Amino acid sequence: MQTEMNDGWVDACSVGDIEPEDVFRFDYCEQTFAIYRSSDNKYYATDGLCTHEHVHLAGGFVMDHIIECPKHNGRFDFTTGAAQGAPVCINLKTYPVKVENGRVFLKLS
Amino acid sequence: MAVEISSYDYSLVGKNSKLAEEKGLASAEWYSSPISRKRLKELMQRRDGPAIRDTLLWFALLGFTGFLGYYYWGTWWCVPAFFVYGVLYGSASDSRWHECGHRTAFKTVWMNDAVYEMASFMVLRESTSWRWSHTRHHTDTIIVGRDPEIAVPRPPDLVGIAMAFFSLKSGPKEFQRVFLHCRGKLTPEEATYVPASEHPRVFRIARIWALIYLVVIALAIYSRSILPLMFIGLPSFYGAWLLVVFGLTQHAGLAENVLDHRLNCRTVYMNPIFRFVYWNMNYHLEHHMFPMVPYYNLPALHAELKADLPTPYNGLWETYKEIIPTLIKQTKDPAYFVQRHLPPNAKPWPTGQGQGPLT
Repeated sequence: MQTEMNDGWVDACSVGDIEPEDVFRFDYCEQTFAIYRSSDNKYYATDGLCTHEHVHLAGGFVMDHIIECPKHNGRFDFTTGAAQGAPVCINLKTYPVKVENGRVFLKLS
Repeated sequence: MAVEISSYDYSLVGKNSKLAEEKGLASAEWYSSPISRKRLKELMQRRDGPAIRDTLLWFALLGFTGFLGYYYWGTWWCVPAFFVYGVLYGSASDSRWHECGHRTAFKTVWMNDAVYEMASFMVLRESTSWRWSHTRHHTDTIIVGRDPEIAVPRPPDLVGIAMAFFSLKSGPKEFQRVFLHCRGKLTPEEATYVPASEHPRVFRIARIWALIYLVVIALAIYSRSILPLMFIGLPSFYGAWLLVVFGLTQHAGLAENVLDHRLNCRTVYMNPIFRFVYWNMNYHLEHHMFPMVPYYNLPALHAELKADLPTPYNGLWETYKEIIPTLIKQTKDPAYFVQRHLPPNAKPWPTGQGQGPLT
């Protein structure tokens, strides 16, 4: 269940919903986000759509700290949102993430 | 039958470009065959090993056949040597260009980019503009007015196809574009898919190409021999024929303006030598559906998906038994195309994308 907290944190998913080195799609208030779990079990979040052609990054491939778009292989550093070169030229927006009691929270405001 | 487009205007700046957008064919959502996330993740894993092995073997074969061509220059023995060298240079470069353009061949990014630049030069496709062209090809595969890489527009130009075996149409066009880019300009069509931030790179690479060709031509003039051009430049023409033989199998004669790769892509079984030259691009349907999967995992991806895909073609002979009559028929009836058939348990065509017309 998604619960908006007082200080803008949103309950997105359980830590177990995302495998290490993988990505999870989270839709909230007509927005879509991508939540990442790195190989060292740190969590990150970005906008869910590729800035190139609005493809859901949750279908993509996570390598180290890189997310690769499933459609055109555009790459972003999901820890910073930085585009890594053609065909992506515009960075992704990132969001603060915290983990509490086995739940992953995104700060959206 | 696919979505009807009013005429066979393949220009990216013509009326069909706008029509494709209006009909929801541009940047649309495409069908994907079911596969578990776990298995797809396994298949997407990148390794440097296979591509390093295959690239070193490619370089070794280029070096060996090039040496034989040089050694036997002036005798008939140089003909088979340059025949093989030309195929390795002008045709095998196509698949290296393709896989490294997707940055899936190697795990290490710079290795993909280095081989991509070299293969782009060899296959005579300017690296930056063609990267963006291929991106559009994946967004809008065989959508008329959107896809810049439709190899056989309808009605087919059979003479043009014959000329393509030696790059006699595309080669001079590419040199015209290189000349244009050297002057800091793009074609109107390129301007639709190459972002402005990439334009300086297009111009820079074109100038590097021009410099390389000028040096080779100067060397040929100085030595009063075409031998330097037999190594760099001419193989993009005399060695391109196998690229066309393989390349036509990908989409020629299949449906246009559909949003399901099962309708407009072919998978063709090939022998190990062809698959080395082509880096498994013969699994073309699977590649279009899941472009993140590296070439060395495409056979395994094919095994995962084949229950949901049309029957693959058993070799080039079977494929061309379909393509040649289809293209000949399309010269008189451009609306004709090959209808693919799914196995009984496959997921049906998505709504509105069946074998009948859209309603």
